[in-house]
Amino acid sequence: EELHPAAPVDFLQELPSYQSARRRRGGTQRRRPALLGTAGSRGTVARALQQEEGELAARPAREYPECIAEKRRLRDSQQADTEHLSRWKKWRRTSSKSLKKALSEVKGLSSYLVLWRHDIHSIEGKFGTGIQSYFSFLRFLVVLNFIIFILMFSFVTLPIIISKYGIFNSTISYISSKNIDNICTIYEPSGNKGLVYFYTYLKDLLSGTGFLEVTSLFYGYYTTDAVWISTMRYNLPLAYLLATLAYLALSFLWIIKRSVEGFKQNLVHDADPFQSYCNKIFAGWDFCITDPNAARLKHRSLQYELQMDLQEEKLKQKIAERTMKEKLRIYSLRIFINIIVISILSGCFYSIYRVTVFSQEHSSNTDNANSLVNLLVQYLPSMVITLANFIAPLIFSFLIGFEDYTPAFEIKLTLLRCVFVRLANIGVLLFSLWSQISDCGPDKCKPCGYNYKLYPCWESDVGREMYKLMIFDFIVILAVPLFLDFPRKLLVTHCSCKLIQWFGQQEFGISDNVLEIIYGQTICWIGAFFSPLLPAIATIKYFIIFYVKKIVLIHTRKPAARPIRASSSNFFFLLVLLIGLLLAFIPVGVSIASIPSSKACGPFRNFDTSWEVIPDTILQFPSGLQQILFGMASEAFAVPFFMIVCIVMFYFIALARAHKRVVEQLREQLILESRDKMFLIRKIAEAQR
Amino acid sequence: GAMGGSASLIPGDLLREYQELTFLSKQEILLAYKRFSELLPKEERENACSARVPKSQILTLPELRANPFQHRICHVFSTSEAGDDSMSFEDFLDMLSVFSDSATSDIKSHYAFRIFDFDDDGILDRKDLEQLVNCLTGQGEESRLSSAEMEQLIQNIVEESDIDKDGTINLSEFQHVVSRSPDFASSFKIVL
Repeated sequence: EELHPAAPVDFLQELPSYQSARRRRGGTQRRRPALLGTAGSRGTVARALQQEEGELAARPAREYPECIAEKRRLRDSQQADTEHLSRWKKWRRTSSKSLKKALSEVKGLSSYLVLWRHDIHSIEGKFGTGIQSYFSFLRFLVVLNFIIFILMFSFVTLPIIISKYGIFNSTISYISSKNIDNICTIYEPSGNKGLVYFYTYLKDLLSGTGFLEVTSLFYGYYTTDAVWISTMRYNLPLAYLLATLAYLALSFLWIIKRSVEGFKQNLVHDADPFQSYCNKIFAGWDFCITDPNAARLKHRSLQYELQMDLQEEKLKQKIAERTMKEKLRIYSLRIFINIIVISILSGCFYSIYRVTVFSQEHSSNTDNANSLVNLLVQYLPSMVITLANFIAPLIFSFLIGFEDYTPAFEIKLTLLRCVFVRLANIGVLLFSLWSQISDCGPDKCKPCGYNYKLYPCWESDVGREMYKLMIFDFIVILAVPLFLDFPRKLLVTHCSCKLIQWFGQQEFGISDNVLEIIYGQTICWIGAFFSPLLPAIATIKYFIIFYVKKIVLIHTRKPAARPIRASSSNFFFLLVLLIGLLLAFIPVGVSIASIPSSKACGPFRNFDTSWEVIPDTILQFPSGLQQILFGMASEAFAVPFFMIVCIVMFYFIALARAHKRVVEQLREQLILESRDKMFLIRKIAEAQR
Repeated sequence: GAMGGSASLIPGDLLREYQELTFLSKQEILLAYKRFSELLPKEERENACSARVPKSQILTLPELRANPFQHRICHVFSTSEAGDDSMSFEDFLDMLSVFSDSATSDIKSHYAFRIFDFDDDGILDRKDLEQLVNCLTGQGEESRLSSAEMEQLIQNIVEESDIDKDGTINLSEFQHVVSRSPDFASSFKIVL
């Protein structure tokens, strides 16, 4: 729209809307030449403001954008006004004030309990909010894992420990198995017998066998049916299952709460909130940066980012003007490259499958000829997965250069592919484990439902695999800075040959680091059902990783040239974490509901599958409650419920569309009003001449 | 200890009043008092509550020295009659209150508008936006955007935020666009 240079400025400054904006500015008014209509002491200005907003809706003084002296006057006038209010309203006001004061005291005290508050504050000051969001995310995972550990420990491990030591007069009860073939119940874990070499302990610690197998770390330890505490019966199988479902639900709800918190968006407007220029300019500078070097880097990265975005816009225009022939060429090239990507992925998956089968077959022979070789064979799946997780992103970032997307989309697509590779690798490992366990060839699992000869206690085996994955991941995360980053930094600072300087220092790539942690967290979620103390190991692991990453950040890395912003990075971390959690539901769900639980160990010996505990317990409820619960799970309830949910959803979609239309109409009206205003002002100015 | 020492320098009822009139907690006010009195020469530290610190001293604070908007911040929050942008302790508290975690987004966007309004005329016009972008990309000839890029950028900003299409951004339009900006609350923050 064309501007109206003829509109005289002093008329504009007389308008009521301009006056109210200036009145609210209070303090700086004194230094300006008095204009028409701005006379009047500041006391009356403040009172006029309050009268605008209505008496009862008066906000507390500190929410007014004035200086402290002015706020003091406002508060005094507020209090003077309340003198003539009724007693009820006075009491309500004072009680709400004291409540707010108490809440702020509690908040002030609880801020001392926050873990690593000072560390994260200093990181924020030196590196900006983008990198700080990574460390806040790490802190969130430490707390989440700790709470999951407390949950599993107090409901599953603690009762057994109490009964093993006979505290509170407690005992364990074992119900004899009913119609289970005796052959399914043979299970002899090789806890260490007699004199063994010291390195056997180390080997056992690393591979989860030997003495570790019979500890409370793994599922096989919990072979009880009930715990009697004085005269109360504590149903351990039910507690185990419910604790598992509880930690999955808790993680889900907490992640959703965190992702909604920082994301109060007006979803009516279509534009992408993270890519908008206004977001980059008005919220572009991190006011918490205290280090001049970091500020210089921030200036440079802002300049780079703005230039990239402007170029990308021009590129989008060019893309829109592509000819049909060019489009055809590019689409066929993209399809070809996607086929290459899929074939690389299938290659990864197939190799993981083969290696897992090989490792399972060869680690079950206990000849111990060369225990180092045995250890390597056991860790083979972990090594292959880590290798695949390292190589695949490099190949993807190389290939995407040929696909001719805009730079922002390139980053997103590469990230998506890397996430998929990492999470799918775990899925393939579990799938190959299950194919081994349910390998019902010629009569191998007839009596028990699973391959009882190789896996008498298959849940412990799965737990062991997850444990090994976690330990190996931890070793890799510790080894990479020690053997790659520090030598690289030493080389770069002391050797000035051209090749090494061109390599340069490594950037602190946030996405790679985040994918690493999320991979570890997904393993923890899957493994916590099979190995209840795994969350404790995860807590300790992330605790140590925080300090390792902090040291690495401060000493060896330089901040990335194109940083991710704090809000979009928070959203991205939580989104990928949610995908990891949803993917973790699948293996745990299949194990609980579909694969027969092992009859030789564990709390679910006397049930067909682990899930059966729940129908079994419901059958012991009074019959009225039983009918309600069974009714809720039947189709007669599910179909109408689904239909009602659909209707409610359609209603909200229609409401959102109606709101969007209203917003568009109001915008058009504003534009027309503004034009009318300019027109009228010009007419008045002309008439005055 | 140190906390006890500085607590005795602000009388209790003044402390409570500051807690009521700002968004800062008691610990934050005491820390602010400590940092403010360190900016004063030794003789004046007794009267820190009523002393004024010249702008050059305020700009030595680590939180402000690396900030491209340091001059605007001092200008906006200073209530000095002499127009020299010096700050009293209450101005300092005001500043920290607006930049604290618990300040409402309304207050933050209001003051952000004032900070970005370089010519103090109550609207953000093209000149203000140009100066804003130059502050962001850094001082120095090679860190500025070319004039074509600047033109394109300002065009985009105005297109996104100008609702009534008068070519400038007024306070309500600014508050509207900032309320939908996901980064604003976390970046417009200073914690001592």
